[in-house]
Amino acid sequence: MKQRLLIVEPSELIIEGLKSILDGQIRFKVLEPEMTAEHLTERLVGSRPDIMLVNPTLIDNVAHLRGENPLAVVALVYQYVERDVLKQYDAVVDIRDSRAVIIETLAQASPGESETGKSNYELTKRETAVLVQLAQGKTNKEIADALNVSVHTVISHRKNITHKTGIKSVAGLTVYAMLNNLIDESSLL
Amino acid sequence: MKNLKSRLFVSDSRLSDLITAHPSLLSLLTRLGISLGFGDRSIADVCEASGVDTDFFLLICNVHTFNNYVPSTAAILGTDMTGLVPYLEKSHKYYVDKRLPHIERHLDAIAKQLQGRIGQVFISFFQQYKQEVLTHFSHEERDVFPHIRALMNGERDTTYSIGEFLHTHSDIEGKLDDLLNIIFKYLPPQVDDDNVLDVVYDILRLSEDLKKHTIIEEKIMVPLVKHLENAILS
Repeated sequence: MKQRLLIVEPSELIIEGLKSILDGQIRFKVLEPEMTAEHLTERLVGSRPDIMLVNPTLIDNVAHLRGENPLAVVALVYQYVERDVLKQYDAVVDIRDSRAVIIETLAQASPGESETGKSNYELTKRETAVLVQLAQGKTNKEIADALNVSVHTVISHRKNITHKTGIKSVAGLTVYAMLNNLIDESSLL
Repeated sequence: MKNLKSRLFVSDSRLSDLITAHPSLLSLLTRLGISLGFGDRSIADVCEASGVDTDFFLLICNVHTFNNYVPSTAAILGTDMTGLVPYLEKSHKYYVDKRLPHIERHLDAIAKQLQGRIGQVFISFFQQYKQEVLTHFSHEERDVFPHIRALMNGERDTTYSIGEFLHTHSDIEGKLDDLLNIIFKYLPPQVDDDNVLDVVYDILRLSEDLKKHTIIEEKIMVPLVKHLENAILS
């Protein structure tokens, strides 16, 4: 299924640029963009986006905006943005990123990454990859480097893993990984 | 809750009625110094015969039973609290000597049915958890309880303050929830269901009891100690 993408960005130029990059992509359906944050809450209910690509200068509190919606919120930056602000986002797209990187970042941040036909509680391939590395004792940073994604993305995968399995601790997740044959004994430290 | 006050236990209720309505209080009796076989006597009578302060007994039972009940500072200060530290110590002993070994025996039986090193990893997860609990308890026994005893004797004990306790008071039930999820969702079907059910009930009970233990510390012990610290320092 296509991921419904909502762009929230004041610059028409940037919006048009993103649209031309994403329009040919079968993975995304680009929704009618918002140029201010004014009607965002209504849009979240009305258009049910899966991913929101947002200029961080338009929004103060991402968690508040996100609420109970299972959506990925990705920051769109073209200037310096404080680290603490970016922490609230699942991933970051820099407008200087290449076309391929932008698409890949959005694809990995999207919540519905799972293969079709599987229930939502099954771990996606990406989540499984993160879980395996976690069980091997890797830190978020090391996992991010190994999988070539941002630390935000790793954290968001970890949240999903915990949400799906009900297991919070790394030690518990290691037991889970072994019971499901995701890791074998030799790969444990 | 509007009617909470009218639902709180009072001293002339029959102790047996209290237990019938809230069976989980049964495990508290021994820790509070009351043996079974109390017949049909009132709470006040049983407490007096056992040398337990009735108000203290009621305070613990009420906080344990009613999650919304927060005793006023006046109620805490108006109660003889000499029994508090012994009660908390006995609770620790009950968890460490009785509940945890019981759960461990069941988990051992389950681990034996798991193949290869999985059993080992499974059991070591529990042992790590147990170690965290023991560390947590021994911190309280080493620093917090002597501090409370000193304050109750009117000694000015400035080496420790309850603020530090609040700072380090960690959630010790989280890993139990992980363990529950692993056990009833992810163990392979060849593991005997009887073992699984036994241990799930045991873990649920311990988890519930530990939550109450934390509540008693937060709603009774901490306000009491804060008050004693202020009274002595000023």
